[in-house]
Amino acid sequence: MTTASRMPDPYGSGGGANLADILERVLDKGVVIAGDIKINLLDIELLTIKLRLIVASVDKAKEMGIDWWEDDPSLSSGARRREITEENERLKRRIADLEADSAGSTERELESAPDGNTEKA
Amino acid sequence: MTAANEMNHPQSGTNAETDGRAPARPESQQAPSGHPGLPEDELRYVYAVTRPFEGVLPEEGGRGLDGEPPRLLHHGDLVAVVSPVPAADFDEAPLKAHLEDLDWLAETARTHQRVITALTTVTSPLPLRLATICRDDSGVRRLLESGRARFVSALDRLDGRVEWGVKVYTHTPPPAAPSPEQAPAPSADAPGAGRSYLQQRLAHRRTRETAANRADAVCRRLQEELSQSAEHTVLHRLQDGRLSGRSGQNVLNAAFLVPRAASEAFVERVRALTPGDDESVKVELTGPWAPYSFTDIGEEEPT
Repeated sequence: MTTASRMPDPYGSGGGANLADILERVLDKGVVIAGDIKINLLDIELLTIKLRLIVASVDKAKEMGIDWWEDDPSLSSGARRREITEENERLKRRIADLEADSAGSTERELESAPDGNTEKA
Repeated sequence: MTAANEMNHPQSGTNAETDGRAPARPESQQAPSGHPGLPEDELRYVYAVTRPFEGVLPEEGGRGLDGEPPRLLHHGDLVAVVSPVPAADFDEAPLKAHLEDLDWLAETARTHQRVITALTTVTSPLPLRLATICRDDSGVRRLLESGRARFVSALDRLDGRVEWGVKVYTHTPPPAAPSPEQAPAPSADAPGAGRSYLQQRLAHRRTRETAANRADAVCRRLQEELSQSAEHTVLHRLQDGRLSGRSGQNVLNAAFLVPRAASEAFVERVRALTPGDDESVKVELTGPWAPYSFTDIGEEEPT
């Protein structure tokens, strides 16, 4: 019943499955159960900087402070996002300035009003 | 051909407590408790847990880390697929050092994977993560014992299912128009020079954008339609060309859990959804894999 009748020929076993395909499964998936030899694959120093960047998730890499690709627009949209962030900062500062200006006048208005919002239930 | 044709029973009347593949190994004759005579320098590498199965592993690919066919260690209604490995390589310290070596890691991962693939031709194995290692056979039995509930439920859930990988790559076409340096610019400030440069840039950007849009549409359709033919879908992180050695940009890396019986139809579906005439979008199918990416599905769900 669990025989291999009617299975299509394997794809990828002849070379289509690349190292990344294999590592992302063998190293990152599959059942984790403690044997007698305790190795935490995430603690491995290597998995070389290469693997850390490539196989380890981006979040994990960021936790480790590896984020150089962020500045490279060809590798990620992070650089583009950064531009937007900077623009946002500029706009926020501008809004803060404007608010500071108008806050002065609002305060004056409130002072001249007969009663502010001092009533509280 | 399929392994079904090669089904035979090299040892009729296999004793459930001995190892199906290598009865001549001295340690397999030992009583399950204790392990007198077990070489101190040998450990047990466990590739997978399966239900007892009939049939033999295909010759090619059916060789483990020691170059021999893996042993089947029966314990109750479960089977551990193991190879003896030297402690000099697989004990904690040397293993840690080895795992830092990408070549060693790649070779070990490939062997692990070959054994799992061989197993998928005769049963539905539950693949364990790389480098699951016990001191001796009784350690392997303890492992089967302690993980029994998990193994049994996962084996039931995944019985008769395989995993197919589907990836999409885009190839950004190189700029069709000559770059500004090569362009026969009459003179930098000739009327129209700047404009034609900008037009070229714009045209290139449009080509790139439409290629990206086409790839996006292909990904969406694949994901939508294939998810319907699959029991579960998992999206893997996109692969980096430096490790995969693949050109083009990986824009979809998905895995689908499919019943064996439906595999042919699934593969057909992938073919049908693959754009045949688009050089900039490539679809790649890998499999059938053991259901690596689905070993934890349903573990927290109540089914």
